Amino acid sequence: MSDPASDGEAPPVRARGLVKRYKEVLAVDHVDLNVNLGDVYGFLGPNGAGKTTTLRMALGLIMPSEGRVELFGRDPMRVGARALEGVAGFVEAPTFYPYLTGRKNLELLAALDGGGGRGRIEEVLEVVELAPRAQHRVRGYSHGMRQRLGIAAALLRRPRLMILDEPATGLDPAGMRDMRLLIRRLADEDITVLLSSHQLPEVQELCDRVAIVDRGRVVYEGALAELRRRGGSTYRLRTTDDPRAVELARAQAGIERVDSSAEHGVSFQAREHEVGALSLALGRAGVAILSLTPELATLEDLFFRLTEGEGSSGDGQGPGPGAGSPAGAGAGAGAGAGDGSSRPLQTVGEGPSS
Amino acid sequence: MSTAPASAAAALPAARERRTRRPATLTVYRWELRKLVSQRRTYIGLGLAIFLPVLFVVVEVIRHESGHHGDNQFARELTQSGLAAPVLMLIFLSGFFLPLIAALVSGDIVANEDGHGTLKTILTRSTERSQVLGAKLLAAVTYAISSLLTATIVSTIAGVAAWGFHRIITFSNTVVSAPKALGLLFVADACYLIPLLALVCIGVMLSTVTRNSAAAVVGTIAVPIVLFIVSAIPGLESIHPYLITEQFEAWQGLLRTPTDWAPILHSLWVCALYAAPALVVAYLVFLRRDVAGG
Repeated sequence: MSDPASDGEAPPVRARGLVKRYKEVLAVDHVDLNVNLGDVYGFLGPNGAGKTTTLRMALGLIMPSEGRVELFGRDPMRVGARALEGVAGFVEAPTFYPYLTGRKNLELLAALDGGGGRGRIEEVLEVVELAPRAQHRVRGYSHGMRQRLGIAAALLRRPRLMILDEPATGLDPAGMRDMRLLIRRLADEDITVLLSSHQLPEVQELCDRVAIVDRGRVVYEGALAELRRRGGSTYRLRTTDDPRAVELARAQAGIERVDSSAEHGVSFQAREHEVGALSLALGRAGVAILSLTPELATLEDLFFRLTEGEGSSGDGQGPGPGAGSPAGAGAGAGAGAGDGSSRPLQTVGEGPSS
Repeated sequence: MSTAPASAAAALPAARERRTRRPATLTVYRWELRKLVSQRRTYIGLGLAIFLPVLFVVVEVIRHESGHHGDNQFARELTQSGLAAPVLMLIFLSGFFLPLIAALVSGDIVANEDGHGTLKTILTRSTERSQVLGAKLLAAVTYAISSLLTATIVSTIAGVAAWGFHRIITFSNTVVSAPKALGLLFVADACYLIPLLALVCIGVMLSTVTRNSAAAVVGTIAVPIVLFIVSAIPGLESIHPYLITEQFEAWQGLLRTPTDWAPILHSLWVCALYAAPALVVAYLVFLRRDVAGG
């Protein structure tokens, strides 16, 4: 692992074999994470999956039982607050001193940052539209206002890495939209964002890479596009002879859930190269393709398949072997050992580590 | 936040010129004091430090006017000099009320942050845990000193207003001039601070370990209560010199002629035996603890 004083080229977040045990409970189970510079990285999982515990370990709030996590190459357990240089954000709901005003809270936090952020307090209050309420005690703030104050407090640090744990929680639809816009803006400013969220459409829209955790284990880590591609697609096919096309599709290896209706034509699930083979077979059989439309699985579909085992093995949706990142490899293998048979996507990581 | 994207650019990082500085512990301490000043509960202790001496003087005025005289040297001298009032105040408040006032903040100062979930907020800035704990300890010490000084000043003013600024007679029946007596009062305060600050250290330790304000405050004030009870158990006389409660009276050596420094010096090392382990435990626990709440 990197030198404690490392910075420059080190990845914003790198976790290896991260474990957290609470007596009998294994909250985080050998988690590997790789957040690269410029990523908008989605960190997904059901409640209790270990997301927040992992984020707390990353921020040095919780000591790992095993393994380590580094921020820009610095381990918070070894170098303390210095590891948080260039890092900002919050885990769970941001908390402030209720008896101080919003502005005083920011002044306090700027002072704890060495005073550099004090001159930006007005700016960040404007950004989160809290300037009119800045003189009011935080005790009277709504949940959404506290979320926004949390963002303001994070922006004070001029971060290179922003860790946001459910930032849209408690926001109204307009607030959620603005939060999305702000995250996009952060990414445009070359800030790496580690976003833990339950809002799957939001993650799908914002994130380029994701880690999905379930019961403390990473069941997928890698590019979102790759996950969706490997998750398989439903295709809709219209031909000059649909009954014949159905026969050929059913005879084709790797093509699953073949169905036909007058309204939608033929539908089936398959991966890309099997679709290619089917189109050749249709051509050889003299069946002309009128249209062939892929419908990629949504992140939501994939999330539930990974975390709830929706869909069973053999449904043709699982990606092929050898896929996934090193983190996914370890975690996926672990998960597969337990109940992988009902979780086709958990085999994502069962291939050899890269 | 509808203007966020448009206005964010200014507030967002000017990329690579954002090296954060570590704040001085003095800065963290100043903010700890500001937090104390902003909380109502802080004034409960200070209010007691004002109210109790005033009540004491008022009651003594009434008692003396009705012909009652105290059984203590200073109680008997009270109507001769107002400077006897702060001495009596210290005798009466040193065993329980001043430790209670000190415990209100020292037992709460870390645990309160646990309760509000703000520990994670300050520990994810550029401040080391050791700085945070050090600043909290200093703030609790400052509060204990402020409370004691407040009680002394209020009782002195009230006593002088009631009985005048005159010489006092010491425990050894020698006379001390009024200005010298005034100086001795503050030296006596400094000596009384030795066991009081040891108790503050225990309070901070309990606050860190229990993570519960009520438990830590009650635990802190229970220390002198339990030790008072222990000191009353027959057969345990040999441990009396090592009880923190015995050190609460060491300052009285200053009001003897010649000055009896032995109990004060004894109190220094005995109190260090209470304070040092408490601080070590607080430090180790605070540095290694999981901040999982909030």
